[in-house]
Amino acid sequence: MSSVLQALNQGLHAAFEADDRVVLIGEDLLDPYGGAFKVSRGLSSKYPQRVMTSPVSEAGIVGVAGGMALRGLRPVVEIMFGDFSTLIADQMINGLSKFQGMYNGQAQVPVVVRTPMGGRRGYGPTHSQTLEKLYLGVPGLRTLAANTLSDPGALLKAAILEDDGPVLFVENKLLYAKPVLDAETLKDFEVEVQAIDAGYAPTHLLKLKGSPTPALTLAAYGYMAELGREALLRLAFEHEIFCELVVPNQLAPLASQGRLEEALADSLGRTGRLLTIEEGTFSLGWGAEIAARAAHQLGGQLRATNRVAAAEEPIPASIALEAKALPDVDDILAAARAMV
Amino acid sequence: MRAPEDLYREMSRIRHFEETVLDAFPSGVFYGTTHTYLGQEANAVAVLSQRAAGDIVFSNHRCHGHFIAYGGDMRALFAELMGKPTGVCGGKGGSQHLHWKDFYSNGVLGSTAPVATGAALAEKAKGSGAATVIFLGDGALGQGVLYESLNMAALWGAPILFVLEDNAIAQTTPRELALAGDIQARFEAFGIQSTALNSSDVEEIGSAAEPLLGAVRAGEGPRALVVQTVRFGPHSKGDDTRDAHKMAKLRAARDPLEILGARLKADERIKIEAAAKAEVQEAFAQAQKDPEAV
Ligand SMILES: Cc1ncc(C[n+]2csc(CCOP(=O)(O)OP(=O)(O)O)c2C)c(N)n1
Ligand SMILES: [Mg+2]
Repeated sequence: MSSVLQALNQGLHAAFEADDRVVLIGEDLLDPYGGAFKVSRGLSSKYPQRVMTSPVSEAGIVGVAGGMALRGLRPVVEIMFGDFSTLIADQMINGLSKFQGMYNGQAQVPVVVRTPMGGRRGYGPTHSQTLEKLYLGVPGLRTLAANTLSDPGALLKAAILEDDGPVLFVENKLLYAKPVLDAETLKDFEVEVQAIDAGYAPTHLLKLKGSPTPALTLAAYGYMAELGREALLRLAFEHEIFCELVVPNQLAPLASQGRLEEALADSLGRTGRLLTIEEGTFSLGWGAEIAARAAHQLGGQLRATNRVAAAEEPIPASIALEAKALPDVDDILAAARAMV
Repeated sequence: MRAPEDLYREMSRIRHFEETVLDAFPSGVFYGTTHTYLGQEANAVAVLSQRAAGDIVFSNHRCHGHFIAYGGDMRALFAELMGKPTGVCGGKGGSQHLHWKDFYSNGVLGSTAPVATGAALAEKAKGSGAATVIFLGDGALGQGVLYESLNMAALWGAPILFVLEDNAIAQTTPRELALAGDIQARFEAFGIQSTALNSSDVEEIGSAAEPLLGAVRAGEGPRALVVQTVRFGPHSKGDDTRDAHKMAKLRAARDPLEILGARLKADERIKIEAAAKAEVQEAFAQAQKDPEAV
């Protein structure tokens, strides 16, 4: 079983192998270091001309990638910490994600900006955040989040090779060491796979085999889907609350016309209850949007909805304080039990 | 360099285009905003008359002159300002956001610098031999990402010419209230060789640009051209805060069309003027007849 880190690294290698228009720009990329989280390892040795280790210029390298993409290359940018996605906001929002639309479809911008997000490693307030919600809803920008249910390397490769628009590719740091799940590990689950608007990024729907009518839909992405799976099992075995878990790889755009994606709509049709789980801060986030769509689409059939998310404070460096600020399995269990 | 008559024709086309824009704006045919290139025509024409096929141009909010000097269609530009489907970008970009062939503009000051640098690096990687030219105003010198870009352009030998049009003002803020230090020294600090001149003479600016473009094409890395110039009109529309008397004197002394026109035969000059004016009027009339967006 390969880890998420290995899978991502293989995905990058595969993209480089498949298409020599693929280039990589970022800080500290050169071997043997291979990037701060080692996702880019081996590339600079194998493709020295196509890997540009860069100055500490986040906005600049994203703009450079945008210009390269306008001229026919397929650049990948590594932003060392997702917290620094703030620094690239102008290039992402007023540049890359607008070029296709404002130039009236006459330009393509195949850029993937990869970045690790998330806490629980004691890195403190500016190296632990989950900030992708700031980018959700930006027209022209796709935001993807890796998880262990689908091969993150295949997803990354597809984003690099098949997507002609800009992609923000989010990798939760704790996922790197996790195994990409195989059929054996998931043998207790029934797994359905769909995709938002028939795109390339799968959404997984998990339910325990042979379980009675489910009472609650959990929706989670990235590393929070790991906690969601654990919570699902504990709710079933310790509390006899049966849940389904919906895990999208694509956070934005959501399904067209303000609708829920099908996996969620199907599940909520069975459960009527929605609990969203995310590591970003509580207010105005991904979960809020999902809940609003659910309320609109299900009307009176939606019996309950709630969100589990991070506290609205700078993420403390202390292990104990950080654990309190970030959502964990106990928070999910408590929220779920209060809803059923 | 191109013949003086050709340079004059290009400047005259821009001049008439921009005068038409400012004159017609109050009538309501256009929508949104505009920044005219009046007084600065020599810069775009001097540099872009030396463009080769496949060369790339990045421009800013004050992009009409760059676009026309690049060979852009005036009817399509009028139509873009009118928000029509026949516009350069179907009316979606408006005055500041144009893309046609290898020409790109964006209204966020300085944000184009890394994108242009990336475009130049892509052409270098492809071995196309294309040069990239980016036009920036003195106001863009306040943007941090510009310096990130100069650093990377020099570091990675990007085939790009930075053209800094220093008209000594950014919207209403005079240069001395916004800029410390020296402009040329900014480029030189990154090892980017540059030429600076204070001129509205298209031939003089063209001569300064020629070796810089030559070096860029020869793969010697980025170069910079710093031109002190004069913005004749308002920043946008009716928003000129400068001393009217001083401006009148500058307009008299620094008109690129007068400077080059004095070197042409009088009847030749009149003929070129009349043809440029007719061409602009025709383009404007056609754009007005174009269908509205639905
Ligand atoms: C990042 C950014 N900030 C502010 C503005 C608003 N703005 C438009 S033009 C301008 C002044 C530009 O001055 P300069 O770069 O010298 O160009 P000029 O107008 O003189 O040609 C300003 C402040 C902008 N377009 N982009
Ligand atoms: Mg200026």
